[in-house]
Amino acid sequence: MKKKLISVLLSTTMIATILGGCGGGSNNNSSSTPADNTSTESNAPAADSNASTGDNAATGDSAAAATDLSSDAGQVINIYSFNTEVRDRINAVYPEITEAGESQSKLKDGRVINWVINPNQDGVYQDKLDEALAGQMSAADDEKVDIFAAELDYITKYTDADIDAAMKLTDLGIDPNTDLADQFDFTKTVASDQNGDMRATSWQACPGVLVYRRDIAKEVFGTDDPAEIGKKTSSWDELKKTAEELKAAGYYTLACYDDTFRLYSNSMAQPWVAATDTVVKVDQQIMDWVNDSMEWYQAGYFDPAVSGQWNSDWYTAMSPDSKVFSFLFPAWGIDTQLVPNWGDGAEGSWAVTNAPAAYNWGGTFVLAATGTDNPAYARDILLCLTANADSLTKISQEYADFTNAKSVMQNAATDAAFASDFLGGQNPYEYFTPGADNIKMAPLSSYDQGCVELIQNSFHDYLKGQVDLDTAKANFETAIKERYPEITEVQWPE
Amino acid sequence: MESKGYNRFRVIFAHVLLIILSFLCLFFFYILIVNATRPHAEIQKGFSILPGGYLVTNFKNMISDGTYPIVSGVINSIIVAGCSAALCTYFSALTAYGLYAYDFKLKKVAFTFIMAILVMPTQVTAMGFLRLITKMNMDDTLFPLIIPSIASPAVFYFMYSYLQSSLPLSLVEAARIDGSREFRTFNQIVLPIMKPAMAVQAIFTFVGSWNNYFVPALVLETKSKMTVPVIIALLRGADYMNRDMGKMYMMIATAILPIIVVYLFLSKYIIAGVALGGVKG
Amino acid sequence: MKQKNKKVNYSKWGYIFILPFFLTFFIFSFIPLVDTIRYSFFQYFRSGLKWIGPNFVGLENYKSLLQSDMLRYAGNTFILWIIGFVPQIVISLLLASWFVDARLKIKGQQFFKVVIYMPNLIMASAFAMLFFALFSLKGPINSILISWGVITETTPIDFMGTALGTRSLVGVMNFLMWFGNTTIMLMAAIMGISPDIFEASEIDGCNSFQRFFRITLPLIRPILAYTLITSIIGGLQMFDVPQILTNGAGSPNRTSYTLIMFLNDHLKSKNYGMAGALSVYLFVVSGILCYITYKITNDDDPDGSKAAARKRKKMERRMK
Repeated sequence: MKKKLISVLLSTTMIATILGGCGGGSNNNSSSTPADNTSTESNAPAADSNASTGDNAATGDSAAAATDLSSDAGQVINIYSFNTEVRDRINAVYPEITEAGESQSKLKDGRVINWVINPNQDGVYQDKLDEALAGQMSAADDEKVDIFAAELDYITKYTDADIDAAMKLTDLGIDPNTDLADQFDFTKTVASDQNGDMRATSWQACPGVLVYRRDIAKEVFGTDDPAEIGKKTSSWDELKKTAEELKAAGYYTLACYDDTFRLYSNSMAQPWVAATDTVVKVDQQIMDWVNDSMEWYQAGYFDPAVSGQWNSDWYTAMSPDSKVFSFLFPAWGIDTQLVPNWGDGAEGSWAVTNAPAAYNWGGTFVLAATGTDNPAYARDILLCLTANADSLTKISQEYADFTNAKSVMQNAATDAAFASDFLGGQNPYEYFTPGADNIKMAPLSSYDQGCVELIQNSFHDYLKGQVDLDTAKANFETAIKERYPEITEVQWPE
Repeated sequence: MESKGYNRFRVIFAHVLLIILSFLCLFFFYILIVNATRPHAEIQKGFSILPGGYLVTNFKNMISDGTYPIVSGVINSIIVAGCSAALCTYFSALTAYGLYAYDFKLKKVAFTFIMAILVMPTQVTAMGFLRLITKMNMDDTLFPLIIPSIASPAVFYFMYSYLQSSLPLSLVEAARIDGSREFRTFNQIVLPIMKPAMAVQAIFTFVGSWNNYFVPALVLETKSKMTVPVIIALLRGADYMNRDMGKMYMMIATAILPIIVVYLFLSKYIIAGVALGGVKG
Repeated sequence: MKQKNKKVNYSKWGYIFILPFFLTFFIFSFIPLVDTIRYSFFQYFRSGLKWIGPNFVGLENYKSLLQSDMLRYAGNTFILWIIGFVPQIVISLLLASWFVDARLKIKGQQFFKVVIYMPNLIMASAFAMLFFALFSLKGPINSILISWGVITETTPIDFMGTALGTRSLVGVMNFLMWFGNTTIMLMAAIMGISPDIFEASEIDGCNSFQRFFRITLPLIRPILAYTLITSIIGGLQMFDVPQILTNGAGSPNRTSYTLIMFLNDHLKSKNYGMAGALSVYLFVVSGILCYITYKITNDDDPDGSKAAARKRKKMERRMK
């Protein structure tokens, strides 16, 4: 209570406090930080363009302009997420944190960040988040959700303008045109509601590449040079020829059919379900994936001992004695999948090159919950995590994320400091960054998560020869209607 | 009479089968424990007969993991399973005694009713149960996991059969003549007689409650209140960021260890108790 | 006279003793049950963050469930149960009769008795996880088969990719988890048989087969029935094992998809109306099963064995 009183007093007396966006919010460093920020944010737009950011525009540094953090009513900032990545990154880059913890982190002014982490599996995360958001208005101040994370597969559920679960960034005091000018455009599009207002923001973009085994490349093609191999993987037709060569040498091109899924689904022309509609329209791209997968599976280009992703067989396919030549992964996949599963295999055995098609796989977004009692902190954390060049550089270096800042990533592509030992000294950003420029995201719907999961499940049986095509289709229809009771019909392409 | 040779064949056959079955039963425990001593990458590669050197690392990882608090989980599980076992056995014995030793109008109806609900699946009422405890402000507490165990029809039925076979009503009459009050009679005369049956049901209930996932997963929200199976499920569901199978197996081993100890400790009672109870059907 | 008064007095205690049980049941089972049934007549689910309903729809939910594959899932549940139950009851009977057979002199009996119950101590989900790892395409079982030359590396056996494989694995797991429990129960029943009867049979020259089928089996029929019914109920509730083994999909082609997995999917999609209706169906089925239990365990025995026993007792008494 006392603390609260003091903070109110502070907020009324120190109206003029102006602080750096990521540089801090505590009341003693107002003069130094904005200057630091200006120097790092080379792409930050000119000062005169940002009158719309509001109260603190006078500073002349848009990204750095911040509201007074002590104006927040709440003492506890609750951050909901589905894994530890958001926590780890905020703990690493947010300067207000004095004591980073796994369940709570302490801030300079005595407030705490509460990390609420529930797994995605079985929908546990969304269940608990939805429950909390539903009770947001009646919840006590320190119980309210302040910031939450969402994955690309279901972000539309939370950015919906009618439901208004997440605040518009402009209402929060973030101007996407200026503050987030350096972000990749496709990440801004998918973070916007149906009216085009951004309600989410991300520190990462997830352009995918093809990661291959250097030793197998040398044995089969006589070279492991990414540029040479890149020619062999530049299109589906080229890759098929390459697959034939690999097969002749006793290797599999990819682990399984799900590995290629994102390359197809990224090129969908229409969303799974159109806005306000109740009909699932399966895109021709998806049927192409089914047909091509069948062809590849029967031709022996996939490892027959792997069925689907995220299971032990798939992980084993990444180990040193596996016969799988390549995987299709964005940056996070290499760091969190390949590296741990490669285990104690020799370093420098992998390399990246271009995938047969540009694609984006995944991405975690952060949103400020409507009704938060800590809007100033929400703004500050969102900006620090997703719009500050220093933070993003640090995240790229420490967590090997492909971060959401064009300038930083362009620098990274030519900066030797980003070379990876795991990739034998190669700088993967050489391939990530051009990949990101070519991404055109398929239109999203709030049903994407279920559609993707269930279409893969249903067609696994078909690919393995357990059911015919019509049964697989029927199984998908049954499953999708169970998952989303409002779905009335499923339409298949001719 | 059967020939000696035939009997010898039977003896050998019986022993072989028993050894195979015991091997299968123990095999899984062994694998669990071996896996708890191996690092993630090795587990991913396959099974191993020999334990690895990662026991301490896995244990440290498990203990220090603030995201999946196993220590508070074990404590919560002990509280829930212990209280459930105590409440369940005591009140089932009480109910069984009430129906066995007294004559009253609704006796037959009550008995029939309990037999009728003997087979009701928990999942059937799960939805309403969650709504109810939310209304009662008991969601995210351990009470809804403990209190309902007072009404356990199956345990009641076992206790009832046991009373039938081992409590002569004359004993109760004698106690009354000595001036014993009804509750005292139950607590001091009937309960000691029922000890073996209560030991059996205590361990069954304890194990059931210890391994229960469905209801705790519905009820519990806060990490610090979660029981072991919920935490294990959380860890299992954790995506690529947290996947550490070594830690996972360590957790499962930790979860199983207490019940194995309790079981080995009580196993004599269990086998003897079931026999004594002579569930006569 | 005095005696009667006392009896009236005591009946109060009967009510007091059973009160906690019924009170708890009423609050934590009955009210939720009524609530569940009520919602089964409504359209009530969540779409995204919005709630749809509750709108009263009468028996719509019940009808659409009948039109769905519910009966197929009931069939799956039954098949999965029977695959585990048949070996379970056979082995358990065998073991129980061996354990009580003095002539067999099984060494280390105590050890075996303790060990066979142990799989029951492992969480079903942890058990399923282990099986999944064991039988996966690159798992140890396939590796062993490859090293023996039974299969080649390009044609591993996809245990969890075929209906037969998945169902068998579920059956094996259920068998391993429950045969110890059943053995202990049956042993108790066999030990309850008067040794006089066995002695008499020995004198009459019964061999062990005759003794088992003519004496032991008929005499433990009630407990066999009890085991059967409780196992059916357990089978009806089957969830963890197939859920984890098939990642919730009951694949391939939903051949291992059980009723509770079906219910779980409706609960997961927050479809309270449909989940309610499915719960009511399940409740009715288990109600029918419990009626049978009641019939068997409460005097009226369909097979007449108890009636026969009563008659015999009466005759004996008369003869005395």
